[in-house]
Parts: sequence; C-alpha cells; structure tokens
Amino acid sequence: MKTMKALWLGWIERAGQLGLVLATVLTTQVAMAVNSLPGGPAVNQLDMHPPVTAIAREQQWLHYFMMIICLVIFIGVFGVMFYSIFKHRKSKGAKAANFHESTTVEIVWTIVPFIIVIFMALPATKAVVAMKDTSAADITIKATGIQWKWGYDYLKGEGEGIGFISTLDVAQREMSDAGKPSGDDYLLRVDNPLVVPVDKKIRIITTATDVIHAWMVPAFGVKQDAIPGFVRDTWFRAEKVGDYYGQCAELCGKEHAYMPIHVKVLSAQDYSSWVDGEKKKIAAKSDDPSKVWVLPELVARGEKVYNANCSQCHQPNGKGGGPIKPLDGSPTVLDPDKSKQLHMVLNGSANGMPSWKALSDTEIAAVVTFTKNHWSNATGQIVQPSEIAAARK
Amino acid sequence: MSAVLDHHGDQGHDHAHDHPHGWRRWVFATNHKDIGTLYLLFSFTMFIFGGILALGIRAELFHPGLQFINPQLFNQLTTMHGVIMVFGAIMPAFVGFANWMVPLQIGAADMAFARMNNFSFWLLIPAALSIVIAFFLPGGAPAAGWTLYAPLTLQMGPSMDAAIFALHIMGASSIMGSINIIVTILNMRAPGMTLMKMPLFCWTWLITAYLLIAVMPVLAGAITMTLTDRHFGTTFFNPAGGGDPVMYQHIFWFFGHPEVYIMILPAFGIVSAIIPAFARKRLFGYTSMVYATASIAILSFIVWAHHMFTTGMPVTGQLFFMYATMLIAVPTGVKIFNWIATMWRGSMTFETPMLFAVGFIFVFTMGGFTGLILAMAPVDIQLQDTYYVVAHFHYVLVAGSLYAMFAGVYYWGPKWTGVMYSETRGKIHFWGSLIAFNVTFFPMHFLGLAGMPRRYADYPMQFTDFNMIATFGAFWFGLMQVYFFLFIVVPMMRGEGKPAPQQPWEGAEGLEWEVPSPAPFHTFEHPPKLNAAATKVIG
Repeated sequence: MKTMKALWLGWIERAGQLGLVLATVLTTQVAMAVNSLPGGPAVNQLDMHPPVTAIAREQQWLHYFMMIICLVIFIGVFGVMFYSIFKHRKSKGAKAANFHESTTVEIVWTIVPFIIVIFMALPATKAVVAMKDTSAADITIKATGIQWKWGYDYLKGEGEGIGFISTLDVAQREMSDAGKPSGDDYLLRVDNPLVVPVDKKIRIITTATDVIHAWMVPAFGVKQDAIPGFVRDTWFRAEKVGDYYGQCAELCGKEHAYMPIHVKVLSAQDYSSWVDGEKKKIAAKSDDPSKVWVLPELVARGEKVYNANCSQCHQPNGKGGGPIKPLDGSPTVLDPDKSKQLHMVLNGSANGMPSWKALSDTEIAAVVTFTKNHWSNATGQIVQPSEIAAARK
Repeated sequence: MSAVLDHHGDQGHDHAHDHPHGWRRWVFATNHKDIGTLYLLFSFTMFIFGGILALGIRAELFHPGLQFINPQLFNQLTTMHGVIMVFGAIMPAFVGFANWMVPLQIGAADMAFARMNNFSFWLLIPAALSIVIAFFLPGGAPAAGWTLYAPLTLQMGPSMDAAIFALHIMGASSIMGSINIIVTILNMRAPGMTLMKMPLFCWTWLITAYLLIAVMPVLAGAITMTLTDRHFGTTFFNPAGGGDPVMYQHIFWFFGHPEVYIMILPAFGIVSAIIPAFARKRLFGYTSMVYATASIAILSFIVWAHHMFTTGMPVTGQLFFMYATMLIAVPTGVKIFNWIATMWRGSMTFETPMLFAVGFIFVFTMGGFTGLILAMAPVDIQLQDTYYVVAHFHYVLVAGSLYAMFAGVYYWGPKWTGVMYSETRGKIHFWGSLIAFNVTFFPMHFLGLAGMPRRYADYPMQFTDFNMIATFGAFWFGLMQVYFFLFIVVPMMRGEGKPAPQQPWEGAEGLEWEVPSPAPFHTFEHPPKLNAAATKVIG
C-alpha cells in the first residue's frame, strides 16, 4: 500500500508539471493571432466550407439533412432511454416487468429504419450522379501528384499547353520546422497557384508519379485520389472569383502535410490575360526563330532532331534502305540550291516521305543543316530558321 | 485464483495440486482461464503501448509547427498506433474474454483444443516483439498508415517486412483462436444448452470467429503480395509493371470492413449480458438479436468499397456501396432498440458495468450516426481522410469496443479474481473516461468538417484551438487508464478488496454465476444438468 501511495504522489507531481507546461504553452498561444482565411479554413470553423460550386452546396445540404434526421432519431431514442434510466430505477421502487419478446415490435423497428434509410438515399443518389458527370468540360487540366508537390498541365480549352509545378512556399516549411508558424495561409501558400476562370466547367484529371495522393478543395466539394499509372477525373464550376485552398488528402509519405492546393478563380477577362502572359512566357523559353546560328551549334541541334524524327527510316548511317532514299551522298541534299530539299522536308513526297511542317523553323533548319554536313556530306552549307520561315510561304 | 470450494459446478474435485506452478503454469498453460488471463494482460500492455504512441501524436498536434517529432516519426506513430490498437489490443482482448467466458457460459470444461489455445497465445509474443523492434530498424517503423496502402509500402524500410511478419503470425493466431472458439461452441455445450438458449456473448463470438476465418487469409494475401512486390520483383500493386495500387485497397478493405465488425460484435455480446443483469429483466428480443448479429456479419462483406469513394469508382459502384452501407444501420438499429426495450420498465441499478454499458450505447450510437453520414457518398467526398473519419472510428472503437471491454472487466472481474472492485473508483474511472473521451474526440468532428486532413504532422493555424482541446482530453483519457490499472486492476489481481460472492449481481443470469468466485481452476468437468432456460445448474 505504501508503494501505491508513493506512486500516486509521483503521478500527482508529474500531472502538476504537465499542467505547468500546458499553462506556459497556452500563454504563448495568446500572442499568436490568426484570422480566418477566405476560401480556406476559418478560425474554429464548425461547419463545411462556404460552398462555391453547386456540388459543394448539394453536399452541405445533404449534411444538414442528415444531421436533422439523426438529431430527431437521437432525441427520440435517447429520450426514451433516459426517461427509462430516471424512472425505472430500483432506488425509485421500480419493479421489473416481465416482457421480453414481441415480433410485431421487432418488425416495426426493422421496417421503419429501412424506410428512413431509403428516404436518405434518394437525394444522395441524385448528387452522386451529378458529381460523376465530367462530360462537356470547358477546360481540362491534369493534376499530377508528385512527392511532394502538384504538377498542373492544361490539356484542353483556353490555356491549352500551359504547364507548371506548384510547390509549398519555402518559408512555410521552414516555419514548420522551427515550430514558429505564422500567417493566415500558413502551410497553404504555394509558389504557383492553379488558375481557372469563373463559371466554366473545369475537369480535373488526376494521376501521380510515385504514390497515391488526393487532390482536394473543400469549397468546391472536390476530392479525388491521384493514382500512379492511372487517370481519374472530377470536375467543378466555381461560381465566385477568389482564392480557394485545399491540401493533399491521402497519406503520401513524410511531407504529406506540405503539398497544399491553391486554386485562383479569375474572371473571364483576367483569365484570358493570365493565359496570354503564360503563353508569352512559354514562347520566351522556346527557340527564337530570328536567331542566327553558327554551323557546329546547328549541326548538334540537328542531330537530335534527326535521331528523334528521321533515323527510323533513313537509318542513323543515312543510307536508307529499300524504298527509303539514302541521304548520304544524295544529290538533293548536296545541291547548293537549298529549296529542293526544303520543299521535300516541308511538303513530303508521293514516294512516302511525309511532310514535317509540324516541326518548328529552328528544328527544320537544324536537321537540314545536319544532313548537309554529316556522314560523307561536307557541303559546309548552313540553313538558318529565317530561310525556313520564308520557304513556308 | 485456484482456491476450490466444494460446489456443484465443480463436482468437488480438488485439482489445485495437479497443474504446474510458477512460470510453467503460464508458459505451458492449457487452462482456458489462465490463457484468458494471459490474453487480457497482453492486450492491456499493448493498449498502454499504443496509447503512449497516441499521446506522442497528440503532443505534437497540440500546437501548429513541429515541436517534438519530425513528420517521418509522426507517420510512424500514427501507423503503429493503429496497428497495435487493432491487432495487439482490441482483437486479443476479445479473445481473452472468449477464453474466460465461453466455456463458463456454455458449461464446458475447457476450450476444445487446449494446446492450440496455448500456441495461439504465445504466437502473439514474437508478433509484438517484431512490432516493437520495427522502431529500431533502419528507417524506423512502417509509416504508411495502418491500412498499409501500396505503393507507399514499397518505399518503406526493412521494418515493413517486420510488420508484415507480425501481421502474418497474428493472423495465424486469430485463425487458431477462432477455430477453437467455433469447435468449443458447436461441440462442447452442456446438455440442454441449445444454440438458441446460448448467451449472446457466445453467439456474437461464434459469428465473429467465422468472420475471422473468412477474412484473415485475405489480409494475409494482401500483405504477402506487398512482400513479393518489395523483394521478389512482382508488380501486383506497381503500375510500372502493370499492377494496380487500387487493387490493394479492394483486397485490404475486403478484410478491413469485416474486421471492423470483428472488433464490435463481441462488444455487443458483452453489453447484451450486462444490460439485462442490471435491469433485472430478460434481454428483449433475443432471437432478433441473433439474427441482427448475423445480418451485420453478412452485410459486412459487401460494403468494403465505402472506404474508397474518393478513388474514383463508377457511378454504379458508388451507389451500390452507398446503399449497402446504409443498410447496415437497420440491424444495428434493431440492437440499440432491443437494449433500450430491455431497460424499459426494468428495475435498474447503475454499478460500474452498467454505467459502461449505457455509456457504450450512448456514445457508440453517436459513432453510428456519423457512420451513416459518412456512408453518403457525396458527403463522404468532403469528409474522407479528414479528422471527421478519425472522430467516427474512435467513437465506435474506443467508446464502442473499449467501453464494452471495461464493462466486461467490471462485470466478470469479481468472477475472475474473487474480489469486488471499489465501486467509487469504478465510477471515477467511468465518468473520467467518458468526459475525457468526448473532450478528445468531439472537436475532431469540427476539424474534419473544416477539412483538416488526417495523418498530418502540422496544420494551418485556424485549426489550433480544437487540436489543443483534443490533446488536453487525450492526456486526461490516458491518465484515467493509468488510474484504472493502478487502482482497479492491480488491487483486484492482488486479491485486495471485498471477497466477491458467487453471484455478485442480483439480476445476472447464466452458468458463469453457478461456479464460485474466483472461478476454480477446473469447472464443469462433468457436463452439468441444466434447467429449462439453460441458465442454472440443477444437480
């Protein structure tokens, strides 16, 4: 018994210490102010996010609907139970009755809940069907989960071709490690938010490169797993311009908590000008068609284009084979008049040579220059991208 | 525990001298009561261990930002907390209850396969050790969540293999335990103890044992495929080789959903024994209770994909699993109604077992309501993988399974140990646990509705206050369990307290109350003669 007392005292002491620590942390907490984040979590939020899509509104309605039914059942069932607990006590002189069976009652309380369940399932069915209808989307965007960031590629619709990676803002991760969080968008701020137009049906295709992630934006009522090797889809039509936040919702490893989702919903004009800006950025990054190249540089570039497009037929050694004409020593290639070869490359020929119009001016210039200066071909001729642009006309 | 009094339940033979003593008694145990005790002590140890991991999680989440543990260790804690609580604490604890109570309740001398019983317990020790060792292997313990989703498991270190090994032998142990329980119940009932007169605890365990035999091999298959994917070049779950990560989830949850009922059906059995005892009135609707239990078990096989609504199923798949899941509310509701009808116009007293049983009904039903809300696919899209789910399954597993087990310990503890617990201490434990539990888990509903994802080591600051409340509650809850161990379990095990009469509860019925307290080492060595209701021994 003595050891018991010592143990007990030890625990009291330890509980006291814990209390002290808690009190200290609580007081530091007071200094740490945070405001609700519009489109993200509110401080001490009690309900789902304010819905911004029809689906999210439907979900919220269904949740209220269920809450009301559950509350009514709760009050009914536990009203009876607590009445019984207070009335049918031995201390109040209650004598136990003797009934213990009633088939009628059993049937009633099997059928009634069954009907209630059907009543619940009906509106839910409607919502499921609406939720899964990803057809007729205005814009299709692929969201790729990568440990631990999101890649976005605009596949179809306005903005097609845009693609970027969206990562948690570096400062957020540092604050987390330091244990000193601050800011209303703590852990939710990213470098490149996903940008979409308001009132357009956006289809999100999800996939992943490593493990399963989940793309979630509560205000849109969207959560879709991103599964490596598979594509899944979901959709939303945001009704209000603004910033909306979500986080990865499937355990994906160490940095699971650090790959948020930030969706910027813009008006139609703002979105178009954003797309223009992005397109310009892409163009800036790609080849400048007015650049004047020097021979070795262009030959090196041309070899890559050749290997990617031409070598399957013409062979790496340029000898061709069967109906495929050799390029090595070909009169067309060696001809100082470049227009014959350019015409062939751009338009193709009935002998089976396809048209390569889809390649860029720089690529065509490079590959033609390559063929003129490789193998035994040593013409020293160079074809600049500007000549291709001219030949296209 | 083996003082033998002359009593009709025991046929008057003194066997106290012919069983091994000291460590041999436990290592070579073949007695169902000793093995039951071993199971219960083992599971309580694991419960404390898993609880400490949970407190690590809650300590980290007390405040946003990383204070105590890094995200990798955090994931290890959530994973191992889940694995240990499910496979190390709840499941073995119920097997412990079954070992103690099934032979006593059906008037059998022991379990059917005594040595297999010993083996299935001692298998748990290497399993538990390899789980503990996992923390010290390079890379730390598995951190892929207790569901061990592929392909994340393929990125884990060697501890993943240790965990797979542990799950395999725990599965083998469960299957042997189940075979033992089924054979015991079907073959060793005393004459007159027909199936439909059998106590509901035996019924729920009979059904649970079938569930275990059906689904443990499925889990074994899933984790074996994970193992061969990790080491032997197969690509069951690796899309790069034509595998499908979602197939893992289908296989896992085909095990996982019946598993949920494996963890709750025996709890229903315990509560069905306690409510009538303290209402001093027979269980209402015994037959429908049996049918409801069986219906829940059957339905549990066709609802698994409600854990996977966000993986992107076709419309028809979502609808089917939504309807099937909501259907489970019907038999579960029948059970709740039957318990309340049993209480109705009874003559109730509220000793600790009854408090825990009523607490079970109240809090478990709240978990049932959130389950119904989660079953709705459109709402689940919002709540899947958020704290709402965490709140939901702790309401059904802690306030459900664990409370029923506490109720069972208080109810049958006097029979096991021969002494009464202190009623005041029991009440402190009950009210403390009940309030602390709700302080911990109720705020998690709000966190989930607001979209805070689960398994997050750090979170946006708007979630801070509710997390602080939850952490405060969790430590309080943990302390209540330490209190339970030091001030209730330890004194009872030491035999400190008022000696328990053979029948400590005025309204309790059943063969376990026909033997002295503590139950002698051997009981019902010769089949007893039973009265018509099969609740009393008559010569």
